[in-house]
Amino acid sequence: MATQASFIGQKNKKDQVYTDPWNMMFEAERTPSFFTGSEVIKEAVRRASCDMMVAYPITPQSEAAALCGELFAEGYIGDYFRGESEFAVMSQCAGAAFGGARVFTTTAGPGTMRAMENFPMWAGARLPIQMIVTCRGINSPLSIQPDTLEISYLMQTGMLVWHAETAQDFYDWILMGYMVSEEPDVHLPLALCCDGFFVTHTKDMVNLTPTEMCLPPYDPYRSPVPCMDMECPPVRMMRDPFVMKSNYISYATHASWQQEVWAAVERSRKHTIRWMNGLIETENVENDVVIVASGTAVSQSREAIAILEDEGVNVGLVKVKTLRPWPGEEIREATKHAKHVIIPEFNVTGWLAREVSATIPNNERVHAGPHVCGGMTMPPEIIASEIKTVLGMKVPALAGRG
Amino acid sequence: MSKERIKIAEELYDIMPAEYQDLVKRATYGNEQRGWKDIGNAKELIEEHSLCAGCPESMAFRYILASLPNPEDTVMVGSTGCTSLVFPHVAVHNIHSLFGNQNAIASGLKRALSVRFPDRVKDVVVLAGDGATVDIGLDMTLQAWFRQEKFTTICFDNELYANTGGQESGLMQKGFVAKMAPVGKSFEKVRLPEIARESGCHYVVNCTVSKPNLVEKVIKNAVHIAREIGPTYLQMYTPCILEIGKNSMEGLQEMRDSEKPSERFAYKEFVSEPAKELIAELAAKEKERKAEAKRQLASQTVAVG
Repeated sequence: MATQASFIGQKNKKDQVYTDPWNMMFEAERTPSFFTGSEVIKEAVRRASCDMMVAYPITPQSEAAALCGELFAEGYIGDYFRGESEFAVMSQCAGAAFGGARVFTTTAGPGTMRAMENFPMWAGARLPIQMIVTCRGINSPLSIQPDTLEISYLMQTGMLVWHAETAQDFYDWILMGYMVSEEPDVHLPLALCCDGFFVTHTKDMVNLTPTEMCLPPYDPYRSPVPCMDMECPPVRMMRDPFVMKSNYISYATHASWQQEVWAAVERSRKHTIRWMNGLIETENVENDVVIVASGTAVSQSREAIAILEDEGVNVGLVKVKTLRPWPGEEIREATKHAKHVIIPEFNVTGWLAREVSATIPNNERVHAGPHVCGGMTMPPEIIASEIKTVLGMKVPALAGRG
Repeated sequence: MSKERIKIAEELYDIMPAEYQDLVKRATYGNEQRGWKDIGNAKELIEEHSLCAGCPESMAFRYILASLPNPEDTVMVGSTGCTSLVFPHVAVHNIHSLFGNQNAIASGLKRALSVRFPDRVKDVVVLAGDGATVDIGLDMTLQAWFRQEKFTTICFDNELYANTGGQESGLMQKGFVAKMAPVGKSFEKVRLPEIARESGCHYVVNCTVSKPNLVEKVIKNAVHIAREIGPTYLQMYTPCILEIGKNSMEGLQEMRDSEKPSERFAYKEFVSEPAKELIAELAAKEKERKAEAKRQLASQTVAVG
């Protein structure tokens, strides 16, 4: 059977050259381009050698999904169609991945929630599907604005979950994501999340790899479980289905499989560190106050840090890039000098603060907030204000009645 | 096609399970004339099943697996229910993922196999119960037909949720008293065969599995038509003897009683015009094959004589 290496140097039907992914990502010349996040998704998928993309309309991801349709029309994707609902789409993606295809899809907010039953199934079936999640509110009354609450649900599914800050992250991580999630010792789906609108609908400078280079195709025979294409022996999977066995064998089997899925999440750590240069990024974490954030809360925190610097307050920053695997050791190390750990989030429950609280010693240092939700923006001033309050500094009213 | 893919390396032969060795020696992969008559003579593609004794589903499984025209390149998709207890014993690749999403899984699977193997035939066959097909999965069942996805959908209709203990389903008869229908089901049995026809299926059959030759015929037609033209649908009565108060010897009679002309499983068939042409073509080819076999036999007889 052909390995991925044997494709390198060959051309696909669009005349793109299957390129060593490391060379493509780190050595090939990059072209600065001014694109929206959705356009960036399209450009990454153009270079990702995807066999299948299934789409469903929802704001704010529709534009990206429709742009991938253009790629299909141009011949860059093997097959593409619109499914009937997010639940169906994620099952259609599963079917394609069971059949050995490299699969891409996108969703957002309520769509993520509607499809939720599929995600633990994807992980349990070890399907390395990549799903872009352009987070939006899932509350009632109806909201289409950014809110990251859905990420907290995805974090318990056994999927890899990454949280991009910028369009550049998005571009690089889509391509790197396939490299990590398709490793035989990982082979798990990836939810690549971003904060909807802030990343998808704003233009940013992004350095793109050459159009004429693409990833080598997915090799389904490197999967740790059989590809369902009848190209390998159709051994019977088991003498008695586990579901029939209400006994210790059944429990032990299911328990060990769940443990294996989560062990695979952990095994992704080494590949992710290699591709993404670590699970977190840090700046000035020797300071007494350190912000820990993910997604666009990182960008807002940088602005807040600049405001505070002008006032003589120095604050460090931890950018959390992957939520699964969870960079617990890295965060413990990065916050070990901090007297105060500030966690600003675009959701009402503060899931990142809970994760950090469960991770670091002396967690009375964790200050969960500020929180904005339901599509509110997070002005850097409110982060600065939170920090000043924690430090016992005088804080002017940011807004008042009347 | 042949058994090449399942062959055991000589060095490992003796450590393989006896039923796998048997599969390599006597399975009917690659035999274009395979059918229900192989049952009992050749290795079946199903081992011991985990259904109730005398369950008509077990008969249906054997007939269907014996009749698939291309099992060595067929992938089956199941759903949650009694059928999902059998699939682990089946010697073709099969997928169980969730309850009711079988036609969505099959849509993605069939398309992926077409992308990956553009010059090869890979058949996809869905087999699920009536709860999965008509209730929880109806949306995905119909949408796959609207999109003209090229695979066969088989519904094992036992007119209730058997695996969860006999609750009301959409395909249950009106008035039937069951769990969750304590005063009798209040609406008619959903007419899915008619809906299938209107939804774009090219071959629709409503029948029981009492006659193996009939099952073989409709399975072969359905798979060939799905492969060449578009979606096909088979609704097969496989009564849950447990839930309708029958014993293990009474399943066959129950099916025979239910397929009488005035009964709800009287044989009904819809065939689209393009499908009719394909069936005629296949019949002509089969006739020619038989004639050729006869000629060869005659010439051998002459030579021997």
